[in-house]
Amino acid sequence: MKRRAFLAAPLALLAPELRAEPVAYPLVEPRALAFPRDHGSHPEYRTEWWYLTGWVRDAAGNDFGVQVTFFRNRPGLAESSASAFAPRQLLFAHAAVADPRHQRLRHDQRARRAGFGLVTASEATTDVRVDDWSLRLDGEVYRADVTGRDFALKLAFKPTQPILLQGDRGYSRKGPDRAQASFYYTRPHLAVTGTLDVDGTARSVTGSAWLDHEWSSEVLSRDAQGWDWVGLNLADGGALMAFRIRGKSGETVWAGGTLRDAAGSVRTFPPDDIEFAPTRRWRSSRTGVEYPTAFRLRAGALSLSIEPLMDDQELDSRASVGTVYWEGAVRAIADGREMGRGYLELTGYWRPLKL
Amino acid sequence: MRSHVTSWGAVTGGAFRANAGRLALSVAAIALGVALGYAVQLINQAAVNELSAGLATVAGDADLEIRGPRAGFDEQLFVQLAGESEVALASPVVEVDAKLARESGELRILGIDVFRAGPIQPGLIGEGEDGLDTLRPDTIFLSTSAAEALRVRRGDTVDVLVGLSPVELRVAGVLSAQATGRLAVMDIAAAQDRFGRTGRLTRIDLRLRPGADADALKQRLRATLPPGVAVEKPQASLRAATSLSRAYRVNLNVLALVALFTGGLLVFSTQALAIVRRRTQLALLRVLGMTRRDLARKLVAEGAIVGAAGAALGLAAGYALAAVAVRFFGSDLGAGYFRGVEPRLGVEPWAAFLFFALGVGAAVLGSLAPALEAARAQPGSALKAGDEQRALERLRTPWPGIALWLAGLGASFLPPVRGLPVFGYVAIACLLVGTIMLMPRVAHALLRAAPRPRAVPGALALDQLRGAPGQASVSLAAVVASVSLMVSMAIMVASFRQSVDDWLDRVLPADLYVRASMSTDTAYLSPADLDRLAAVPGVRRIEPLRAQQILLDPDRASVALLAKPVDATDPTKQLPIVGTFVVPGSDDPPPAWVTEPMADIYGFTPGSRIELPIAGRRVPFLVAGVWRDYARQQGAVMIGRDTLVSLTGDANANAVAFWLAPDATLDAVSRALVAAIPGGGHLEVATPGEIRDVSLTVFDRTFAVTYALEAAAVLIGLFGLSSSFGALVLARRREFGVLRHLGMTRRQVGAMLAAEGFAVSAVGLAVGLAIGWLISLILIYVVNRQSFHWGMELHVPWIGLGILGAALLALATLTALVSGRRAMSVDVVRAVKDDW
Repeated sequence: MKRRAFLAAPLALLAPELRAEPVAYPLVEPRALAFPRDHGSHPEYRTEWWYLTGWVRDAAGNDFGVQVTFFRNRPGLAESSASAFAPRQLLFAHAAVADPRHQRLRHDQRARRAGFGLVTASEATTDVRVDDWSLRLDGEVYRADVTGRDFALKLAFKPTQPILLQGDRGYSRKGPDRAQASFYYTRPHLAVTGTLDVDGTARSVTGSAWLDHEWSSEVLSRDAQGWDWVGLNLADGGALMAFRIRGKSGETVWAGGTLRDAAGSVRTFPPDDIEFAPTRRWRSSRTGVEYPTAFRLRAGALSLSIEPLMDDQELDSRASVGTVYWEGAVRAIADGREMGRGYLELTGYWRPLKL
Repeated sequence: MRSHVTSWGAVTGGAFRANAGRLALSVAAIALGVALGYAVQLINQAAVNELSAGLATVAGDADLEIRGPRAGFDEQLFVQLAGESEVALASPVVEVDAKLARESGELRILGIDVFRAGPIQPGLIGEGEDGLDTLRPDTIFLSTSAAEALRVRRGDTVDVLVGLSPVELRVAGVLSAQATGRLAVMDIAAAQDRFGRTGRLTRIDLRLRPGADADALKQRLRATLPPGVAVEKPQASLRAATSLSRAYRVNLNVLALVALFTGGLLVFSTQALAIVRRRTQLALLRVLGMTRRDLARKLVAEGAIVGAAGAALGLAAGYALAAVAVRFFGSDLGAGYFRGVEPRLGVEPWAAFLFFALGVGAAVLGSLAPALEAARAQPGSALKAGDEQRALERLRTPWPGIALWLAGLGASFLPPVRGLPVFGYVAIACLLVGTIMLMPRVAHALLRAAPRPRAVPGALALDQLRGAPGQASVSLAAVVASVSLMVSMAIMVASFRQSVDDWLDRVLPADLYVRASMSTDTAYLSPADLDRLAAVPGVRRIEPLRAQQILLDPDRASVALLAKPVDATDPTKQLPIVGTFVVPGSDDPPPAWVTEPMADIYGFTPGSRIELPIAGRRVPFLVAGVWRDYARQQGAVMIGRDTLVSLTGDANANAVAFWLAPDATLDAVSRALVAAIPGGGHLEVATPGEIRDVSLTVFDRTFAVTYALEAAAVLIGLFGLSSSFGALVLARRREFGVLRHLGMTRRQVGAMLAAEGFAVSAVGLAVGLAIGWLISLILIYVVNRQSFHWGMELHVPWIGLGILGAALLALATLTALVSGRRAMSVDVVRAVKDDW
């Protein structure tokens, strides 16, 4: 679950059971995922996201962090409406490029209601469109096409490894209550090729990325304040995902993680095996919010130092999705050596995420 | 030079002091004109500002705006436009005027997609208690003024009528944008669902990609949009919204200018006579070495001072007047052009400057002729007595007057300029000024024709006037101008009112009328309701009326599309047809009957074939006749009810006319009608008499301003009369002295003056009536027709005019008497000695 402040998004500011029309969202229960069907949208569930994060490098050797996300939300409104504009399914898209040369994040977003073929999320396979922004699975390759205010990207993401099912065959628990769970699978080590335009010229880039596809109906437990999440493509071909749900006083309410080593054997960590220990804090001059942007992460026997590509990777999305969080490119370091690269997400440091 | 200055001070100061009363009147007349003009401008500008600010919030910073008929167009157009490569964002809107269920009145509701409207129209995005309030099917956000008008706050509810059933909407918040007018915003899907607009949109706002050519896209879209759907830049909406009231505004401004003109005339008469009286002093100044130019300049400066004082006073009064008018009548002065607009008054420096300049200009122009004349006089002869006559002789050449007259008559036949009756006004001005210039001749002829009375005072009075028509003609000019303007307005308004009255008779032939709502989109009677109403005992026959709106020209307001059962073989039974009508043959398309404005604006003449955009198609119609309609200035087209139902499937009705069985009583049937259908309590039930009363009240309110201006004209006319007469009498002190020495009593001199006053006003009244009648013809057949496209019949309010005339005569006689008494308070001997 991690991710994804979007689900905290505008919609999330409500107490759903009080406000929305009573809608019977399906419960998340362990079942075998089937592809390509489960690459597609699951509109009956409350929330869903396709979350691409990665590192790319241009011919000149400049590193960039790239994030492209599509969210789907079923707010439980207008379920019986006859209007083609009925806001039964809302789609949000968010993209950001971290450019360390400028020490700033370029980002833009789209929020729309589904409909008219302009804004769609296919149920057959990954094919999400929000007006001119899109992410689709074309054969084996994911293609993202995004044009923002001050950047544009057209990237292809080619899987190099099998699908990594998180939790119990893709059933991933998020809290002490078994209902607090999601369907969750990951495509780590995606080979990236394409063009990135951050200053008016399209540059060819290559790199490595990570895709999460996750859907659920249940939300965070009431005493949750937010979460820390990290997903790493390890240099040796392994993949590590770890998260913790924080309580009101910063204590860990729940935690979890998965490590697939280079040989392909998967280890799922129970809550006790995951530990996030902040090693440095950074305060945003824009919002005044303080984030622990560097960690010592322990996952079972593995111990890694998490260092950001740059400190300022804060996303102020109050105007659109109503929250402020940190989502950024990070390096994993052990004994002074880079062990992997990935993305870190820190939510609930501005205000508690009310889900 | 110094001595000139001081002696000038004495001459002017003395004149100002001696004429304090008349000066005050001149100042007041200029002030009146300036006040009216400035007030009209302020009020109108306030309304337009408010309207454009509201439209700006609604339009946001859209680059192009797609507008369709009120019934909407297919939402697929949105998909098509959103896919255009030049379009960055397309924001669909469903706009309805909803009828309020709990109170009278209406509320404009915009159904928007917050996600797409947000970047274009941020002012329309409400902030609810949570992010979903903007999407919920039962929530609504109100503008500040709507919330104030409905006296509701967040959490309260507003009920709107759909069909005849109330729909409850929760007020989720108040829009933060300041100037939005009275409107509400809700989710587009909810608006489609709730107001029966599924699949329909009324507007799409487009934001283009950077670098896209809005004009080129506009041209391209024009060719592909469905009939009745227009693409425009947002500014065009304001043009269309204000175009209706434009003629009304211009007419009000012209009326104000007329008041100013009369004020200038008053300055002219006051100055002319003041100069005549000071003729010897002025000549003395010339002898003492003052140049002609100096003298003329100083005399004109006197006029300018009067003008400046009047204009300054007028600006202050105008602001106060505007404030009061907006408060009590609304920004359209009761004319109903700007519903839901709440204007805030500004100072409008440019308008203030303009009207100040006009006020001063009128006074300067008024004093120019007498000043030049005084400067031109030979000092030697001017120093002698009895020279006053010559001062006004110049005005006796008839040719300029005749030329103006002919020009005026010619101008009255010219067409409007950009929808404004420019030449109508020119014609009126020419006739008026021409008449004034011809007045000495006319007065002479009239007085010559008058029988010489037996009594000495009367005979003397007539002789005096015949002998010295120049002096009288100055007073006459003022009388003629004000009387003719007053009479013309009176005849025009009376004709209009009578025509409206007659029209109401013809359009209200039924026994009873029931209305869901004529002006809103949401309240209506369903076919099932109509069946139930027709079945109510005592009802003999019903005639349902459906009202929609279609857009024929994007630069103009929408026109009403009306439908009711009309007998094509004789439409006069159901419509107040003007002129001839055409019975459609078997090969003809279905008939449409258009109103006079439609015939004027769009050139729809009986027998011609037209196409109307209905239900997204261009439908051919035969113009089968023109009918009179004072209710919709923008124009209306009536088609058969069957035609509308077959074209659109819309079988609802906005209103129904009932004919009752002979034995039925109105009360019983009204009660039964209301009880016969669900939601019947929301119906408005009225008899023809009640509708007529309300209509005439509205008419009178609309013309309240005209009445006010008419009163101003009378006032100015009386000012002018008393002013010029008083001056005249003062100037003739010597003559009275001689008369007294010859043995006439004070009483006889008084009688003589009264007779003179009577004779002058009688002449002025007679000419004023004649010219007023002529001008009223221009007002009715040129100005009104071209401005508002309203046809009307001439009705002269003889009784009113008779009373007015008698009152004027009496007042004029009285004024002459009072002035005479003042003149005769001077010692007889001294008066004669004065300058021998």
